[in-house]
Amino acid sequence: MEHSHNHTPTMLRRMVKNGIVAFWRNGWVTLATILIMVLTLFMAGSLLFSNVLLTSALTNLEGKVDVSVYLKTSADDKEISNLVKSVSELPEVGGVEYVSRDAALAQFKEKHQDNSLITRSLDELGDNPLGATLNIKAKDLSKYEAISNFLEAGVFASIIDRVNYRQNQLVIDRLSAILQASRRGGLGISLVLAFIAALVAFNTIRLAIYTNREEISIMRLVGAKNSYIQGPYIVEGILHGILAAVVAMVVFYPLTLWLGPKTEAFFGGPNLFDYYTAHFFSLFGILLMVGVALGATSSWIAVKRYLKV
Amino acid sequence: MIYFDHVSKVYSPTSVALEGVNLTIEPKEFISIVGQSGAGKTTLIKLLLGEDRPTAGKVFFESINVHELSAKDLPAFRRRVGAVFQDFRLLPTKTAFENISFAMESAGMSEEEIEADVTQVLDLVGIVGKAWHFPHELSGGEKQRVAIARAIAMRPDVIIADEPTGNLDPMNTFEIIKLLEKINDLGSTVILTTHNKDVINGLNRRVVTLEGGRVVRDDKNGRYVL
Repeated sequence: MEHSHNHTPTMLRRMVKNGIVAFWRNGWVTLATILIMVLTLFMAGSLLFSNVLLTSALTNLEGKVDVSVYLKTSADDKEISNLVKSVSELPEVGGVEYVSRDAALAQFKEKHQDNSLITRSLDELGDNPLGATLNIKAKDLSKYEAISNFLEAGVFASIIDRVNYRQNQLVIDRLSAILQASRRGGLGISLVLAFIAALVAFNTIRLAIYTNREEISIMRLVGAKNSYIQGPYIVEGILHGILAAVVAMVVFYPLTLWLGPKTEAFFGGPNLFDYYTAHFFSLFGILLMVGVALGATSSWIAVKRYLKV
Repeated sequence: MIYFDHVSKVYSPTSVALEGVNLTIEPKEFISIVGQSGAGKTTLIKLLLGEDRPTAGKVFFESINVHELSAKDLPAFRRRVGAVFQDFRLLPTKTAFENISFAMESAGMSEEEIEADVTQVLDLVGIVGKAWHFPHELSGGEKQRVAIARAIAMRPDVIIADEPTGNLDPMNTFEIIKLLEKINDLGSTVILTTHNKDVINGLNRRVVTLEGGRVVRDDKNGRYVL
């Protein structure tokens, strides 16, 4: 007992060896435990993938919103460039696109080139009736209100004909609410599902160790130290986690290959298979970490129960 | 060496396993504890191994009060007391060799020491050829030999054998008892519980009789009287 403290590497090696041997000899129990762990990690991986899709779908949707500022035809170039400059400098603004009077006219003509009535009316008018336009994208949906207020109430009100935020306000607000709810809901559902999956894995390991309680009591009876009894079970748990992570990654290969084009078309997001290949090592790393942590802590807690005096 | 001092174990008011037991066991003694089922034999053994706590009284092993040992010190104590049971209690997923070496590994002994000691005890109990067999590949007698080998491998001061022949035929019973006598001759104290009359009468050693949780008889060269 006195000299055992100097033998840490030996003891560690023995515990690892015993863990590997038990992992192998437990056969069916090992297989069943790994299967449940694979399901858990598969769930975790699926949540990661859905999160990628949801995020990209929401970002796409958000990007489709902007407000247009229609300027009066009387506005001169200097006033306009001042306006563009101050709008760009607003912290809430993500991007500004300026469409000049000439460009606006060209766009309008192109859009209606088949309508002879409109083209003829324009020719007859001689002068360009369209004002310049600013298309403003905010950094996020909640900022449009502030930007519109700035434009309508500020020093530039004199050159602004109108801002189309007011007619779209209801739609923007509603979309904003939906996006926020989706993000929160997605996170909430993910957390609940991940918790359930972890609980299932934890209880499977507990059950496996419950069937070993007799053996644990024998080990104690012959005078094995608690840490020496517990060690191999933790090693076994770690092995379950590693193998389950490998299997889960293998399963994701054909699955994302098959789902990739479908989800890309549906969500307009990234191809899941591209995402899988590009992030292979970080995905594997996450599953490995989750699997090993789950396996080791479950074993640790489960064995601890039977080690009390 | 072992001293039970007014030990009682009460599971519930209607179930009293031991009542005021005083018992002294000397070094190198071979003592048999007899009694009918429910007389308190197994409870006595459990208290000595620190598997259970007495309701009243103390159990001493030399100067150690067994039930004041901390969880940390209990394993080392148990390695000084080898135990053998009726149901063998071998680890089913370990070979005979591994069953014996497990406690030695835990104690931090070197591979060479373990190899040498395990081979020696396997030879002593007479099953060297079965070292790499799993328990389910062994007969009852062979399993009990492995269990005895495991119990003596750490060279304990005491061997406790709780009905070790309960599941064995007369031939194996005879040989297991002979083995325990041999271990006793080599210097270990042996505590044997049994209700096999032939075993007791053949031993002609100290016999303590339990009845209803009390010691009712303690004979130097006892015979089985119930």
